[in-house]
Amino acid sequence: MDLKKRVEQCLGPNNFVVAMIECQGDLSVEVPKRSVVDVMRLLRDTPDLGFNFLSDLLGVDNLDLNKPKKKPKKKTEEGEGAETEEELKEKGPLPPRYEIVYLLLCLERNERLQVKVRVEENDMEVDTLTPVWKAADWPEREVFDMFGIRFKGHPNLKRLLMWDDFPAYPLRKDYPLEGQGEERHLIYDD
Amino acid sequence: MAIDAYNGGGWIATKLEWLINWGRKRSPWPLPYGTACCGIEMMCALAAGYDMARFGAERPSFSPRQADVLIQAGTITLKMAPAFKRIYDQMAEPRCVISMGACACSGGVFRTYSTLQGIDKLVPVDIYIPGCPPRPEALLQALLMFIEKTEKSQPITRKKHSDLLVGT
Amino acid sequence: MNQNPTPQTSHDTGDYVTVNIGPSHPAMHGTLRVVALTDGESLIKVDPEIGYLHRGVEKLGESLTYHQFIPITDRLNYCSAIPNNVAYEMAVEKLMGVEVPEKAQLIRVIMMELARIADHQVCIGILGVDLGAFTPFFYLIIQREEIYEIFEWFNGARLTNTFGRIGGVDADLPDDFEQRWEELKPGVRKANDETEKLLTHNRIWMDRTIGISAFSAEDALNWGFTGPCLRACGVKRDLRIDEPYCMYDKFKFKVPVGKNGDVFDRYIVRMIEMEESLKIIDQAYKLYKEMPADAPLMARVPKVIKPPAGEVYSALESPNGELGFFVKSDGSAKPYRIRIRPPCYMIYQAFPELVEGELIADLVACLSSLNVIAGELDR
Repeated sequence: MDLKKRVEQCLGPNNFVVAMIECQGDLSVEVPKRSVVDVMRLLRDTPDLGFNFLSDLLGVDNLDLNKPKKKPKKKTEEGEGAETEEELKEKGPLPPRYEIVYLLLCLERNERLQVKVRVEENDMEVDTLTPVWKAADWPEREVFDMFGIRFKGHPNLKRLLMWDDFPAYPLRKDYPLEGQGEERHLIYDD
Repeated sequence: MAIDAYNGGGWIATKLEWLINWGRKRSPWPLPYGTACCGIEMMCALAAGYDMARFGAERPSFSPRQADVLIQAGTITLKMAPAFKRIYDQMAEPRCVISMGACACSGGVFRTYSTLQGIDKLVPVDIYIPGCPPRPEALLQALLMFIEKTEKSQPITRKKHSDLLVGT
Repeated sequence: MNQNPTPQTSHDTGDYVTVNIGPSHPAMHGTLRVVALTDGESLIKVDPEIGYLHRGVEKLGESLTYHQFIPITDRLNYCSAIPNNVAYEMAVEKLMGVEVPEKAQLIRVIMMELARIADHQVCIGILGVDLGAFTPFFYLIIQREEIYEIFEWFNGARLTNTFGRIGGVDADLPDDFEQRWEELKPGVRKANDETEKLLTHNRIWMDRTIGISAFSAEDALNWGFTGPCLRACGVKRDLRIDEPYCMYDKFKFKVPVGKNGDVFDRYIVRMIEMEESLKIIDQAYKLYKEMPADAPLMARVPKVIKPPAGEVYSALESPNGELGFFVKSDGSAKPYRIRIRPPCYMIYQAFPELVEGELIADLVACLSSLNVIAGELDR
């Protein structure tokens, strides 16, 4: 039985599957945010899935993807503005801005699965995965560092790559590549 | 006339300077501050094969107090900057900084939020080595340039070694 | 095996000293920092801090085109740039659904295995230096220069090779590769033999490495270990065999597996892997010679690469372990998000568990044996 069916069988009865996408052989499952830890435990402990290895954990900012597409240049600025607003109304509310992708691996069968969680901008908290896999420790800290998504129950949630009082979240799409002129102050007297 | 020999650029002072420089130029103790890719090339330059010891850089001095020349090989990020500045401040005069590689010279390809765009924003740099990463030969040439500069320096008549080197 | 005395004297009084090691400590590989709470010489609590070489590579990738990002991948694991290049190229190829010609795959295998040898050589050399054995470093580095010469003469760069293109490789192996390779092979073996003679049965070496920072297989998997560090713990896992890519399933080679997961096992696993890599290159070159001379090196890819919208994860066995690239595309000429899964990032996060209870001197040994490369750790 192929992986998609097995995952559906495992997660389906609990209504854990929001969406399933396959891209070039990589299966990804979107699950509801509140039940992410349960899903992971299920995926790990179900015998015919056995995803017992957390390969990686990463965040994605979908700000640019959610933006309405740019209009051709002929139109005037006023027209453009009106168009996008109309489009926005047609589309309804934007999909959640952030997503967290968990990359799982089954060591016995060498199968890989992506589990996705969408995070709303006004509720940036996800349950931590550290009780399930210790490997989630630093990646979660990095997601917090780079996107500002908090992980509930993480033992040591502080910045990983940037220094502690860094004011922004660099990997967000609205943060410029060259920074906003943050400076590291020299903290010693000479 | 006798007094002139002692004052300023007088005969005794200049001869003494020559003696000091003669001693200094044959043993430039480097402080290898390798942070990134260039550090590997610096390692190659220090090891057998390129053998930087041929030019007197026999002893990599990991303690800044005993080092003559700071070889900054690799990127300095904003997070690292205070530590780097501190290392530089701990070095004794006369001191010299070799900025090895594009990242140390100007930030290189990493024009990003977290990279210091050139260590010359923090410390005075004497010799820049371009390249990403530069070959070990380039580092050896920089060392020879440092030796050349040492010959010209005036440790007694001019107070700060770095003032002289940066201005010229 | 671990004869470290458990600290007893000052436990009750809480008379501990905090020692800051790094970020510019010679044993800390340039940019790592460890804040250790010590009791005498033994470590009570260890808190590694990283990010001193965080250069914003992932963010930078979002503003470059797909091809422009290849040179940036060189600067991740700068001890062996080629597996980084290939890992990224493979991820984009997977996203585009491109099949790479076999000849290009073989060239990739040959170059990647050479890079693996170079990486292991520098890792073992530095491990020796950090433990006070300076001589093997010279033997290995001289041999590494020879490998660098092959790289340079093939790519034009010693360290940052920018090897290959998306969809294949840009150039064929030069005509006299065979001669160079035959010259290199005995040299590598000789350097390895000399290193082994100097280290493996050396009493001091054994005392400093055997039983130090031993790790169980269960813990290693829980912490996300891959590569030589996982194999040293006794788990036979190698992506080259488990998830074959680049025709690795056609070669015969052994995967060395350790027992205790200590520093000594990691060292031995790396030594044997070098030998196996030599065998792989031999086989790959034999297959390569059977290919017609005008076989294609590049798959048909457009000049401006615009993969269809989607996201893939692709991984390969880099010298340090599983090196993966997660690439998300929105259909434009620039990647929407690139995530690099560096192998030593996962390994280094278990560092407190690896060294707590050991002596300070063993912290250095453990760190070198993990082969933590700051470039890919911090990105």
